[in-house]
Amino acid sequence: MVDYYGLDEELTTDERQVRDAVRRYMDVKVRPIIAKHYQDGTFPTELIGGFAELGLLGANLEGYGCAGMGDVAYGLAMQELERCDSGVRSFCSVQGSLCMYPIWAFGSDAQKERWLPGMARGEIIGCFGLTEPDFGSNPTGMVTRADKLPGGGYRLNGTKRWITNGNLAHVAIVWAKVYGTGDEARDGRVHGFLVPTETAGFTAQKLDGKFSLRASVTSELILEDVEVGEDALMPGVVGMRGPLSCLSQARYGICWGVIGAAIDCYETALSYSKDRVQFSRPIAGYQLVQAKLVHMVSEITKAQWLTLRLGRLKEAGRVKPAQISLAKRNNVHHALEIARIARDILGGNGIMYDYPVGRHMMNLETVYTYEGTHDIHTLIVGQDITGLAAFE
Amino acid sequence: MKVLVPIKRVADPANANKVKVAGSEVSHDGLEWVMNPFDEWSLEAALRLTEDASAKTRTGEIVVVSIGPKAAVDTLREAMGKGAERGVLVDGEDTALDSNVVAQILAKVVEKEQPDLVLMGKQSADGDSNIAGTKLAELLGWPVINYASHIETSDDGKTLTIKRELDVGVQTLKVQGPAVITCSDRILKPGTIKNGVTPADFEYPDLGDLNSRLSNLKNIMAARKKPLDELGLGDLGVEPVRVDEYVGFELPAGRSGQAQFLESVDELVQKLQSEAKVL
Repeated sequence: MVDYYGLDEELTTDERQVRDAVRRYMDVKVRPIIAKHYQDGTFPTELIGGFAELGLLGANLEGYGCAGMGDVAYGLAMQELERCDSGVRSFCSVQGSLCMYPIWAFGSDAQKERWLPGMARGEIIGCFGLTEPDFGSNPTGMVTRADKLPGGGYRLNGTKRWITNGNLAHVAIVWAKVYGTGDEARDGRVHGFLVPTETAGFTAQKLDGKFSLRASVTSELILEDVEVGEDALMPGVVGMRGPLSCLSQARYGICWGVIGAAIDCYETALSYSKDRVQFSRPIAGYQLVQAKLVHMVSEITKAQWLTLRLGRLKEAGRVKPAQISLAKRNNVHHALEIARIARDILGGNGIMYDYPVGRHMMNLETVYTYEGTHDIHTLIVGQDITGLAAFE
Repeated sequence: MKVLVPIKRVADPANANKVKVAGSEVSHDGLEWVMNPFDEWSLEAALRLTEDASAKTRTGEIVVVSIGPKAAVDTLREAMGKGAERGVLVDGEDTALDSNVVAQILAKVVEKEQPDLVLMGKQSADGDSNIAGTKLAELLGWPVINYASHIETSDDGKTLTIKRELDVGVQTLKVQGPAVITCSDRILKPGTIKNGVTPADFEYPDLGDLNSRLSNLKNIMAARKKPLDELGLGDLGVEPVRVDEYVGFELPAGRSGQAQFLESVDELVQKLQSEAKVL
């Protein structure tokens, strides 16, 4: 456990216990099987029940069978998930932060009762449809539309891409622009819909051929004249604030998650370099390797403190989205850098499945891009500090 | 049924190679603390005795007690996260404790709590003394059974049928509660605990390498609000007396031999005979 500056002392008993319980679960149940799933390109569905029983799904939400933990405890749980694999953390991020959170925050009471308890139990899996083939960094330009039907309800048409859990999901959160309501405040603006994936006209196409996040399902969602009732519309939000607030939740989880991946890479490289003898001594005794190890532990330590402070701000309800962007940008960048250095220190073994570093390195290439690319987060912080938007 | 489970926090036995000696004392610097694995076995046994595992409901009460510094609260909360109802922390520093002192303090806690049963680790993973349970029973005048592998009761511990697995066979004993019981790791196997509530055909999952069930995050959060009393020795009206004196500690001599990789079993047998002279 990397704790160079005594972070443990800043955590509460329950925060430490959440972290340790998830770590123990992952070490016992997930670590032994994850490399094989990654190699085979399969998501370990056999773990969903265990994740639910452990209380990981929607862990930071109150009520509906959720654990109701604070943001720091939740972040530490994400760290331990990703210490094992980014794909497994992605599954839990999507289920909790991107699917359960909007229902919890913007859904009607009936929608919450219908979906949340089953989602916390892992019996209902969700996916989050925001990104489209032609609208990634610019989601506001989305072309998926929901046309109001004369007899009530909506007809949805469009395509969503890069959708984690798409082929596992029972319900898709689909963000679409609404037309034909006769309400100027709503027409042409983004709304969120809860679409059961068994609805006629809905198809999910698994995206194969990935060299990253291989232990996670990524899909394309195609909505062709999908008709849903009024009760599918989440009433609590209109406009991009809806999906963006979900992304803030998920990005916050990523900030912690990638620290876990970085810790796993560093610990693997540290122990490998102390055992691996070249010339006359362990390679950890050479200056070049020490410089690399010191760089890794420095960046991990900085990320830990940055992110703990971010979590405390979030718990106090004072966090700005740009602050989450800064941490996501920083932490993923350095986690990826650390994974590459660890791969280097392990030499040939760094490219083998026997060690986790190559897998983390490949996974983090995705994390660098999803949930707001590195460059987009740069521009979000840039806009925040200069007051000038550089997006267009 | 009310069960008292004494729990000690110990330096993680998995990190025994990190132990350093400063002077004649073991240094605690850089060590990670965990629940004594032997106590975890007893906690798991206590949880099974006080629940309807099929209905997933608690039917009895577990009070976990630890003697240690303030940080031992973490260990008690961990046990409460697994299901124990209450915690008691008795203020004490490791250096001031030996097995006799521990037994004297626990006897006072038992007097106060009046449990139907004390279930505890047969030893601690750091001291390995193997005394506290037996000594506690002596102070209380209760029966003690060590290394239990099966526990059966249908009347909340008033009568207990206990099995002990020995090298030569399985011994079955019957005692009247209250009693002190220490457990062997066999207690973690499915079907070792019968409490008259959980259906006899209920199958506990195999815990694998774990020493007790995993905590659920919801229960960990709920454990924050469970009652935890912090007591000083004065509160218990006990002035424990050490009967031994701590003199020193030294690490074992480092291992000098290099590992050798042999080509065949025959070669191994020959070396065990001629070089190691153990055959």
